[in-house]
Amino acid sequence: MAESNAVEIRDVVKVFGFGEFAFSAVDHASIAIRKNEFFTLLGPSGCGKTTLLRLIAGFEYPTSGEIILNGEDIGTMPPFKRPINTVFQSYALFPHMTVAENIGFGLTMLGRPKQEVRDRVAAMLKLVRMEKLADRRTSQISGGQQQRVALARALAPKPKVLLLDEPLSALDYKLRKDMQIELKRLQAETGITFIFVTHDQEEALTMSDRIAVMSAGKILQVDSPRAIYDAPADRFVADFIGETNFLRGRIGSVSDGIAQVDTPMAGRVSATLPRDFVAEGDVTVVLRPEHAALCAADEPSGCQTTGTLENIVYFGTDTHYHVRLGDGETQFMLREQNKPLQRQRLSVGDRVGIRFEPNAARVLRN
Amino acid sequence: MARRFSVQRQTGFATIAIICFFALYLPIVVLVFYAFNSADSLSSFQGLSLRWFARAFENRQVIDASIRSLQIAAVAATAATIAATMAAIATTRTEPYRGLTLKYAFINQPLMVPEIVTAVALLIFFARIKIWTGYNGLGYLIAAHTAFCVPFAYLPIRARLENMDSTLEKAAADLYATPWKAFRYVTLPLLWPGILAGFMLAFVISLDDVVITEFVKSAGQDTLPTYMLGQIRRTITPEMNAISALFLLLSICVVIVFFVVNRKRV
Repeated sequence: MAESNAVEIRDVVKVFGFGEFAFSAVDHASIAIRKNEFFTLLGPSGCGKTTLLRLIAGFEYPTSGEIILNGEDIGTMPPFKRPINTVFQSYALFPHMTVAENIGFGLTMLGRPKQEVRDRVAAMLKLVRMEKLADRRTSQISGGQQQRVALARALAPKPKVLLLDEPLSALDYKLRKDMQIELKRLQAETGITFIFVTHDQEEALTMSDRIAVMSAGKILQVDSPRAIYDAPADRFVADFIGETNFLRGRIGSVSDGIAQVDTPMAGRVSATLPRDFVAEGDVTVVLRPEHAALCAADEPSGCQTTGTLENIVYFGTDTHYHVRLGDGETQFMLREQNKPLQRQRLSVGDRVGIRFEPNAARVLRN
Repeated sequence: MARRFSVQRQTGFATIAIICFFALYLPIVVLVFYAFNSADSLSSFQGLSLRWFARAFENRQVIDASIRSLQIAAVAATAATIAATMAAIATTRTEPYRGLTLKYAFINQPLMVPEIVTAVALLIFFARIKIWTGYNGLGYLIAAHTAFCVPFAYLPIRARLENMDSTLEKAAADLYATPWKAFRYVTLPLLWPGILAGFMLAFVISLDDVVITEFVKSAGQDTLPTYMLGQIRRTITPEMNAISALFLLLSICVVIVFFVVNRKRV
């Protein structure tokens, strides 16, 4: 119930500009974020995810709707009164203070006794493994270290909710991977609700308990990473998360939640129907590239369809194959894992068959 | 590989630069040199001496005018810097809106209105007030100097604020700092070099002013520049050079202090 929610967003709208220039950065968004949850707002840039975060932080006030924290609407409360802290994309560390002074800032502003501030700062330095750099200036530490200080500073006052605005985007690949694990560890150790904003779908999938996918100010789907990936609610979600093949077709028959869809490029495909889906007319079938495999083109009984190999892209862990299907328009992508010392036996221009994994395809609304 | 274009390597660049530097600094060098002249007039140089510096220090009028100049500059620059800081925060820490450009123009008005116009206007305006109130003190000069110093203090402070990451103030608010505390503990310490630069500039501008001071001052309220102007009308002795050299030394000191203080902070 309400008690298990850390923050609840109820029908929030945020309009910027006036008259003909007005646009809704957040458009009737409703989400209930649970306590102790690693919750991610995911979407392309300009989708409204950062605006939603700023509304929760208090840097913007909603045009309408409510933001509920502890059973109270905090929509119009100024940021310094909200028990919510933020890790900024640029970190926003105070350049005129030391690392320790930065971390202690929140507690000092809350008027806590000096000894308590000192103890808490020491504990936070230990938590982010920065004990040795307490007296450094923030300009004298690396980007990854600044990131940790920003985290420690936001966690020190023990906020109810921690907001993270694309905090890993400035780090290089390796450091980003380390920080992803670090963030999960910190969330588990502190038990604080994290609301994480990112446009990086891989980051969202690996770190989150639940993800909200946003586009054009609207929340399209709120679900676990697995559900978002395996059962996207609509075409946008399917397209934005991971890579997907879209096959247009018409529903032929339905039985036991499995539809037989007639497609011009791949024949009759059996695909899972989402619940509450009215199965009729034109639909789209989606299939992830890893749920298809190459097979010999001259053995049509085992293959779903055939096509011409247009491109082979080597990715280290796996290889992507782009196949032009029989209709001449659709490009189908599939992915196969690489085995050690495997020889590349195919070349561009070869005719290949494609096999679909059973029960992997899904039907989406057009 | 082709060498990158550089202004410094263009033909005639060095010549122009040298001519400019000579035009700027040669008169000052000559002025300072003649301050050490032992002769009674500027027409001939008869040997090195500090007698005109001693004369200047013994001259009661010079001392009084200098003290008056410093008093006015200190009070006016302080008041102007406070006003300019508030104006700079109000005009940068806001979403742009219709009328903001007009406000810039208002704040910077003394830079655009010819000084003589302001001077005449103030002369007439203050004359009325002097009759009404009977007050004839330094207040008029201080008020006038404060007014024309504001834009000089405003520009460096605003530049500093515009270069400052406003996310820092948001971070302070996020970490439970009330608007006043956020200003006191984050904005002000980071803005300090800009405020100092604004103050120094306002101070020097006030110290140097002739036109408005000449029109606004009452009898016996000469500042150092207006005193010097009055003296030059009569006889020119190397004493003027000595006073100018000391004036120059003072402004160099101000600039050095500013650089030292600023370097320590960054």
